[in-house]
Amino acid sequence: MLTYILRRLGAGALLLGIVTMVTFVIFYGVPRMAGQTVEQLAAMYVGRAPTPAAIEATIERLNLDQPIAVQFWEFLKGIFIGADYQYGRDIVHCSAPCFGYSFQNNTEVFGEIVKRLPVTFSLAIGAGVLWLIGGVAVGVVSAIKKGSIFDRVAMGVALAGVSMPIFFTGLLALAFLVHSWKILPNASYTPFTENPVAWASGLFLPWVVLAFLHAAQYARQTRAGMLETMGEDYIRTARAKGLKERTVVLKHGLRPTLTPILTIFGLDIGLVLGGAVLTEQVFSLNGIGRYAVNAIAYKDLPVVLGVTLFGAIFIVVCNLLVDLLYPLVDPRVRAAH
Amino acid sequence: MTAPLDAPESAQQADPEAIARGARNVASRSLTQIAWQRLRRDKIAMIAGLIVLLLILAAVFAPLLVKWFGYPPTEFNQAPIDPATGGVYKDPDNPFAGIDKTGGISWDHLLGLEPKTGRDLFSRILYGAQISLLVAFLSTILCVFIGTVLGIIAGYVGGWVDTVISRAMDIFLAFPLLLFAIALVGVIPDSAFGLTGNGLRVGLIVFIIGFFNWPYVGRIVRGQTLTLKEREFVEAARSLGASNRHILFRELLPNLLTPILVYATLLIPTNILFEAALSFLGVGISPPTPTWGRMLSEALPYYTTSPHFVIIPGVAIFITVLAFNLFGDGLRDAFDPRSSD
Repeated sequence: MLTYILRRLGAGALLLGIVTMVTFVIFYGVPRMAGQTVEQLAAMYVGRAPTPAAIEATIERLNLDQPIAVQFWEFLKGIFIGADYQYGRDIVHCSAPCFGYSFQNNTEVFGEIVKRLPVTFSLAIGAGVLWLIGGVAVGVVSAIKKGSIFDRVAMGVALAGVSMPIFFTGLLALAFLVHSWKILPNASYTPFTENPVAWASGLFLPWVVLAFLHAAQYARQTRAGMLETMGEDYIRTARAKGLKERTVVLKHGLRPTLTPILTIFGLDIGLVLGGAVLTEQVFSLNGIGRYAVNAIAYKDLPVVLGVTLFGAIFIVVCNLLVDLLYPLVDPRVRAAH
Repeated sequence: MTAPLDAPESAQQADPEAIARGARNVASRSLTQIAWQRLRRDKIAMIAGLIVLLLILAAVFAPLLVKWFGYPPTEFNQAPIDPATGGVYKDPDNPFAGIDKTGGISWDHLLGLEPKTGRDLFSRILYGAQISLLVAFLSTILCVFIGTVLGIIAGYVGGWVDTVISRAMDIFLAFPLLLFAIALVGVIPDSAFGLTGNGLRVGLIVFIIGFFNWPYVGRIVRGQTLTLKEREFVEAARSLGASNRHILFRELLPNLLTPILVYATLLIPTNILFEAALSFLGVGISPPTPTWGRMLSEALPYYTTSPHFVIIPGVAIFITVLAFNLFGDGLRDAFDPRSSD
């Protein structure tokens, strides 16, 4: 068991390293390959109105004239021990997990991400709980009552759910639920510690919209998985030995179906934590996704690089957690190690 | 999603006595023929397929359709627009009649006008379909190509090659694709790789989707190759002295075509949604070329006064994606060998 955990941890760390490297190369290497000069690249890291002196300073600061391996090494050093950047006559210090420094706003990217993290986190957790429970419940009922009206309606709605972009459902919800019919309050963020009720009511709309999109996929997946497992011999055995139908469905039927669901859930939560870009944009929530989109508009590339890297880390970590949870959910994995 | 299929004809076909009797009506059918028969009986899939076909035709013949039924997609028309709210007047000659909530839908403008600019929505939707479908098709082809080649190699060669490719798939799946795409479109200069303007944008988006989504295809192809290569016909080919090349292209690939085709059909709607998301965030194809995603982001300030501007491009995306999904589902069910008839 311990070797399994250590192997997974090792693989996760390696994956993180590679993801960081690829992200870095895409930001600093690909533009050069696309034919940009060092000056042009530097100009994108300075801000809107780059002066030749500022560009020169940026090249120096980010080691843009050095080979990409050196640049990457300096960047890694920034993440682990922090970095100092020459800024005009001063030196700015970007402390230890330095994911970059926004020279446009004179802020450390990591600090800004951490500041916005509660918004994205609240959004992801609330929606995640909703879509997991909702999607799996609908999927189970649909599978048991296959062909019934409930099944047909639920699967129809689920298919509609995966076919609608979130910025469309979000806008529809805003136009009708909030504006025309005034059923729900507009989306807003209040810290949970300040007022839990306002926190939940303000995020309710984005939760539902985000959950609707994902729940559809979970319902379809659960239904398909359940239909397959319910045809297995051991289900017949369970029924034959006189177990209650409830136990048969939930303990024998649902359990093996949950394993692949858990995998998708880990990936999805990681993606949403890495910036529910579209949801935050539609509902004007100041999470990390919106931070990145706004930064693109102002060509504030250190921010975009920082957020992208952060998002990738979230995905890797969530996948790692799923891998570590696997033995708990699936006895076959436990037995294999 | 498919209606239960009745009349199990192929049950007769499997009946050896019937074959021995030499009944005329029991002709052997290939898998493709069986699938086609099943698909034809699946009404939902057939309707979806028809809609897909119509959409493709509409996109291809957009210039003609616009010439007959619409106005040029970039032609401004300020006359019926209320300067204060950007909404469309009910009657252009009489501003006091108020704002038309349906956005001026009439025989003249089949889908109404855009708020503020007064451009014809019908022609913008049609031209938007061109971009949507073009990007979706090209990126799906790229995904399928990379995924098939690497998946087949991983499955067939095995060993360390398989390990490397499988790990690479894990890595590619660990990228926050949307953030990445936004970032990449942001860092690439306006002209690069010998392309400029929208050609570059289309190429870039296609490349991003293809490059980061191939592992989904790769996994399926690898899994199928692993099971197929143990089958008797591959062994037979090998014992007859067939080369690797022959086995890969003549024995394995034809058997992989069906799952690949089904998956590609289901990948297209995902890619349509992805392109729309990029356009919505303002990093897709640049204006004034109309795209459905950008239209929705432009509709954001007008959702209270001109809800039609939200609904029309949204429904366009919805119908397109739904049609592809339903058709893909039908195709999958039709080709499913575990299916009962």
